[in-house]
Amino acid sequence: MEQQKFRKKVMRIYYALSVFFGLLLLLSAGLVYISVNPSVLIPSPKTNSNAYVDIDPNRIENGIHLATGFKDDDGLQVVISQCTPCHSAKLVTQNRATKEGWISIIRWMQDTQKLWDLGANEDIVVSYLAKNYAPENTGRRAILTDIEWYELEN
Amino acid sequence: MERRKFIKNTLLGTSATCLGLDIVFSSNLPDNYIPIAFQETDPFALFNKDKDMQILNDKPWNIEAQAHLLNDNITPNKYMFIRNNGLIPEILDARQWKLTIDGESVKNATSFNIQELKSKFKQYTYQLTLECGGNGRSEFNPPAKGNQWTVGAVSSAEWTGVRLKDVLNDVGIKSNAVYVGYHAIDLHLSQDPEKEVISRGIPMKKAMQDETLIAFKMNGKDIPRAHGFPLRLVAGGYPASASGKWINRLSVRNKVHDGPKMESPSYRVPCDPVAPGTQVKDEDMCIIESMPVKSLITFPKSGAIIKKGNTLKINGHAWAGELEVIKMEYSIDFGVTWQSCKLEKPANRFAWQHFQADVNFPKTGYYEVWARATDTNGRSQPMLVPGWNPKGYLNNACHRIAIKVS
Repeated sequence: MEQQKFRKKVMRIYYALSVFFGLLLLLSAGLVYISVNPSVLIPSPKTNSNAYVDIDPNRIENGIHLATGFKDDDGLQVVISQCTPCHSAKLVTQNRATKEGWISIIRWMQDTQKLWDLGANEDIVVSYLAKNYAPENTGRRAILTDIEWYELEN
Repeated sequence: MERRKFIKNTLLGTSATCLGLDIVFSSNLPDNYIPIAFQETDPFALFNKDKDMQILNDKPWNIEAQAHLLNDNITPNKYMFIRNNGLIPEILDARQWKLTIDGESVKNATSFNIQELKSKFKQYTYQLTLECGGNGRSEFNPPAKGNQWTVGAVSSAEWTGVRLKDVLNDVGIKSNAVYVGYHAIDLHLSQDPEKEVISRGIPMKKAMQDETLIAFKMNGKDIPRAHGFPLRLVAGGYPASASGKWINRLSVRNKVHDGPKMESPSYRVPCDPVAPGTQVKDEDMCIIESMPVKSLITFPKSGAIIKKGNTLKINGHAWAGELEVIKMEYSIDFGVTWQSCKLEKPANRFAWQHFQADVNFPKTGYYEVWARATDTNGRSQPMLVPGWNPKGYLNNACHRIAIKVS
């Protein structure tokens, strides 16, 4: 009888300890996870988290390569590989130049900014840029465009 | 499947639009990665900038204001343009920071920590206008390469620091001193730690001006990281590239400083005027010193529709590099007639000046309000884009806003 009682007590302590250590284990696992991924604590906007998971880096929409903003044309992948390791594609797409102009920009980067020799890729890059980012004649002063009209109360 | 893709792209597109970014980041996203880190690369949060600031470039960071964002008399950080040639240094421990004054024309090369600078020299606060030499570049034809700034690469904040001349006099300057060049710790885009990004400077006449500061505060607080924490040079009225950020060394040179971006054609214009598109030899380019006279209408935002018979109140700022603006005018008929604006004196030398005017329109229709400042030498802003130069500097053409009277 005494022995059974003792046995029961031991079992109870055993269960209690198991639950305690189990919870401890869960808690520490949780803490480790949070310390590795602190971002889980930051409330993210209500979106389907899957939405970002498999963005296609080759996705083209309306003739624009979404990942870089470059126009889709022959040589796009070469341009991405040669023109975006050091600086943003935005530095390219906001500029306009003739073939000679683009070549001189490449020479300047090679002379002063540690750009490598593009080899056979240079022709591809220059043709792509000269075709897709050619200068337009804007005259001595362009007219105002893209005006967002709004009522001004006064 | 198609729908899912649509949602994905829409969401990504939306977040990118909110950030004002092209979706450049997505190319760096590894498979199965959920970019909550998007928040960390949000430049508006990263640099405490207003979300209407315009991102020209995200590597390196180059961000400009729009005219209507610059309406404050003293530009707050959130509307201050960011111009970088390299990568912004990581947050630094300012207590460890040392500024060394050396060079051929220094008598005793000396290092100061920031505490020593603050305690040894008297501190001054000035409102100083800093404008990027390439502000307005986007209007040049044929186009000039580089960041295509429109009108927003200008600011006028209050800077607190010690006078450069006090520090130079303390360490002793030889009579053959010509230039002070700065050195800083930003990292070159090539990631080569040995390669200096930009090391420009100022001639001695500018270095010895009262308002030329070694600054440690902007608008009463530590200088924000993107603007040079913990120390920067501030030389108001010169191209802002002369005001080096994150500086740890100032070299007093016995010749014009020869660091990166001092060389031709950087921050230089043809010594003699050239026809648009001309190739100019390096030796025929001259270093820009004072910026030209210029002004911005900061209220209202372009595109206002007002009722016939109502008076439109306009206001803005005008500045003239190292000079002062003595006259401010506006035109609603493309320069046929000009009316004068009320113009305030600057808070101090090299601070921009505020102007305002009450504008009346004779009948309904489309108008543009053009603003024109004139400096103490009698030079005014041109209505056309001024003299073409290979690098697209110094566009001080009149600013204009569109107005409809209905």
